[in-house]
Amino acid sequence: MNIWEIIIISLIKILIIVVMLLLTVAYSVYFERKISAWVQNRVGPNRVGWLGLLQPFADVFKLLLKEDIVPDAANKPLHTLAPLIALFVAFATYAVIPLGPPVELLGYKINLVVADVNIGILYVLALTSLGVYGITFAGWSSGSKYSLFGGIRSSAQMISYEVSMGFSVAGVLLMSQSLSPIKIVEAQHGWMWNAILQPIGFITFLVSAFAETNRLPFDLPEAEPELVGGYHTEYSSFKFAGFFLAEYANMAIASAMIATLYLGGYQIPYIEKLGLGYTLTTALQIAGFLFKIGALIFFFMWVRWSIPRFRYDQLMSLGWKVMFPLSLVNLIWVAALIMIFGI
Amino acid sequence: MSIQKREKNLNFFEKLYIPEIMKGMALTLKSMFRPNVTLQYPEARFEPSSSYRGRPVLVQDNNGVERCVACGLCARVCPALAIEVQASETELEKERYPVKFEINMLRCIFCGFCEEVCPEEAIVMSKDYELVFKKRDDAIFGKDKLLVPVENLKERIEFLRAFK
Repeated sequence: MNIWEIIIISLIKILIIVVMLLLTVAYSVYFERKISAWVQNRVGPNRVGWLGLLQPFADVFKLLLKEDIVPDAANKPLHTLAPLIALFVAFATYAVIPLGPPVELLGYKINLVVADVNIGILYVLALTSLGVYGITFAGWSSGSKYSLFGGIRSSAQMISYEVSMGFSVAGVLLMSQSLSPIKIVEAQHGWMWNAILQPIGFITFLVSAFAETNRLPFDLPEAEPELVGGYHTEYSSFKFAGFFLAEYANMAIASAMIATLYLGGYQIPYIEKLGLGYTLTTALQIAGFLFKIGALIFFFMWVRWSIPRFRYDQLMSLGWKVMFPLSLVNLIWVAALIMIFGI
Repeated sequence: MSIQKREKNLNFFEKLYIPEIMKGMALTLKSMFRPNVTLQYPEARFEPSSSYRGRPVLVQDNNGVERCVACGLCARVCPALAIEVQASETELEKERYPVKFEINMLRCIFCGFCEEVCPEEAIVMSKDYELVFKKRDDAIFGKDKLLVPVENLKERIEFLRAFK
């Protein structure tokens, strides 16, 4: 492969990923509304298009047509920068998550990942930490007390939960002995899913992922009843849409990360024993990965409409007194597994 | 302000949150499959029972004349002062009739006192709940809008006879 082929193939991959991610985001907004309606015995959006399927596009156009209001007290450059940071982080993270096994296409061997970097997980952790800046800047630059409270809460919360998230990931890294997402997925062959081998780490990572994406029960940064809209109180029009998109993209990415790290990524246990053809196996594996992401997104929404918000002190004590020690226990558990059973 | 003591502290399993979370999640999952209660309004409409107090109307008998004898009791009892009646004489058996009978629907509070106090069963509450006006003047309903044939009000009249 010469340099031009690599560039063209990468561009095609990026295009596919971005379109897929945008569609996922659009329809997770739709399904969020539908699921909330089902939980509350309502119907949900059903007027725009067949079964309301065009609702997300109607929402986006509505936001585009609205006036973009910037408060007088706002720090204008940062006020504009904040949603851009949030969006950039949300979309850049997906570059390292493998969709499926390497495929042969038109004589090229293609990895189904935009960037097959050997420190992929580190890259994801670094970028998600950057995501805090988007929200904190938004809260601080708006010049409003509600936004400021949201931003402060978010920085405290995300930094606290990043610790237990990092330690849970360390367990996975010990198991696979690599930071590359593809290697991590390949290490979980058969039923050796990390969710089964290290259930404590799975739970701590899941809870931390909820906190990192600011989803209920950890949505203190937005907390509508207390803080109006939290960090995005002073945002309107397309800047608000940026935060909205970023929130749902983060949810999709958290789901993809959970699937990659703990649920075997694109692997379907013992699919090679069925003796299916190469193409069918690959297609099934990609479908399996997308199914896992979909199921996790559903889980995120299901939790949101079931569980009330934590109080701030409960959130902090859960983060530092429960999740952090549990993730350390998980690390010891994984080390013991490797020492004793030599997995 | 007194400090309330807890009846008992949470035990270990309750502190784990997990059993309670499971219960909550099971509940929402169950209610996802329950039939929903939404009425798709403009297409499907709410059909009130005969105990419903909608827009007050005047009963028009089969001979085309209103039952009202313009005694003014409804106007007297109306707590929102929404009713205005002007009486006059007629050759008919009832001797009096309302020349002008107006209900200001912006003032009406749908209490049903007019219906309760009426000696002639001449004003009753209908099932009509869609009241939209474009001007304030449109909200004052005269005899043209208030008169409703007795057949359309049978259910309400029977309900009143049984329970009033």
